[in-house]
Amino acid sequence: MSAGDVTVHMQVNGRSFALEIPPHHTLLDVLRDTVRLTGTKECCAEGECGACTVLVNGQAVCSCLVLAVEMDGREITTIEGLASGGQLDPLQEAFVATGAVQCGFCIPGMIMAARQLLALNPYPSRAEIQEALVGNLCRCGGYSRILDAVARAAASQR
Amino acid sequence: MRPFAYLRPTTLDQTIAALSDPSAKPYLLAGGTDLIVRLRRGHLRPTIVIDTKRIRDLHDEIVAVDGGLRIGAGVTMTSIMRDARVRQHFEALVESASVVGSVQIRNRATLVGNICNASPAADTVPALLVYNAVANVVGPAGARSVPLSEFFSGPGRTVLTRGEILESVDLPFPKQPVGAAFGRITRRRGVDLATINLCGLIDGDGAARFAFGAVAPTPFLATDNSGALVANGTDLSARAAALRALFSRSRPITDVRGSQEYRNAMLEVMTDRTWQVAAGRLRSRLETGSA
Repeated sequence: MSAGDVTVHMQVNGRSFALEIPPHHTLLDVLRDTVRLTGTKECCAEGECGACTVLVNGQAVCSCLVLAVEMDGREITTIEGLASGGQLDPLQEAFVATGAVQCGFCIPGMIMAARQLLALNPYPSRAEIQEALVGNLCRCGGYSRILDAVARAAASQR
Repeated sequence: MRPFAYLRPTTLDQTIAALSDPSAKPYLLAGGTDLIVRLRRGHLRPTIVIDTKRIRDLHDEIVAVDGGLRIGAGVTMTSIMRDARVRQHFEALVESASVVGSVQIRNRATLVGNICNASPAADTVPALLVYNAVANVVGPAGARSVPLSEFFSGPGRTVLTRGEILESVDLPFPKQPVGAAFGRITRRRGVDLATINLCGLIDGDGAARFAFGAVAPTPFLATDNSGALVANGTDLSARAAALRALFSRSRPITDVRGSQEYRNAMLEVMTDRTWQVAAGRLRSRLETGSA
């Protein structure tokens, strides 16, 4: 711990952490480098691409645009927190089954953004799925199957 | 990112004191969607970042006040979009909040932050201007209210002085049925800044209020009370002249998002299109008799 570090209590995927964090470290930095959960990706680092999307108290946010010190008392869910008891989340199942994953780099962010959508809206239209993922870029250009996968997951959840 | 100190005050007094400290270079952090990008790029180098989200008397709710709604400094774009009262009375504000960034950005970005960032292209500002928004400011010398039309002094600059905070924004309910619409041009649909944006509002007497963004150093408001913009008007040339007069103060520049010529051409197109939508909304509102 160095001068100026701040003690932050947060939950990540249901586990409690008490961390000493320099104020200029982002949530993304802390998830990857301190908590060692590297499923959340860094790409544009300015909120354009969505690769770093995680849920904070159930809301999708770009973890590159959040200071970790802001997260005191918050519950964070990353891609690693979706599967439980060896069972993949319906979104993860659907992405695999649909062949929606090419290089894979954007997929954790895509799934976390889609996770918020399905939690709020179990019956999304194609347009609503597109709108929910408007902040997530896939540089392989695999959008059609990604949209198919979210639709499939929505259907399987009902 | 360069190191800085972090303060999470719980009262406005603490916040104002920290902001007023002459030895510090403070910045306020609300949603962070603009601030953190600029911290990372090194454009801003604060000595201290003051997080506004746990200030007890700086609420994150939309509350009813006499004759309108008060939007607290913590209210996000997502909350604006979901609030039934805002949707009923201020539909063009909902339209503008709905296109800011992406879902991830709207979950964090605040309306008050969008105002204080003072971008000439801020998407929600034209709507706030046509709805007569008033900025409630608190600071070392006490509280004051400023019409939003007098709030901006240049790109990235506002009338806030050292130690002052924009605490909330008041939106008075329109006194008679109105039709309002938001319009903008972007290069792509999601996560883009406006090449131009605007909002138009007309009432049953034909009085029109239009506000424009990304075509001048600050967003600006223009009004027309000639009657040429009445919702069921048939004099097309009078209407075209009146709409053109509304954006006569625009001074667009050429930048990465569009040329001066393109912005001028789109002002013409979008002002007419926005009038069409606003007029249509007013007509259907008057027909169904709902305010």
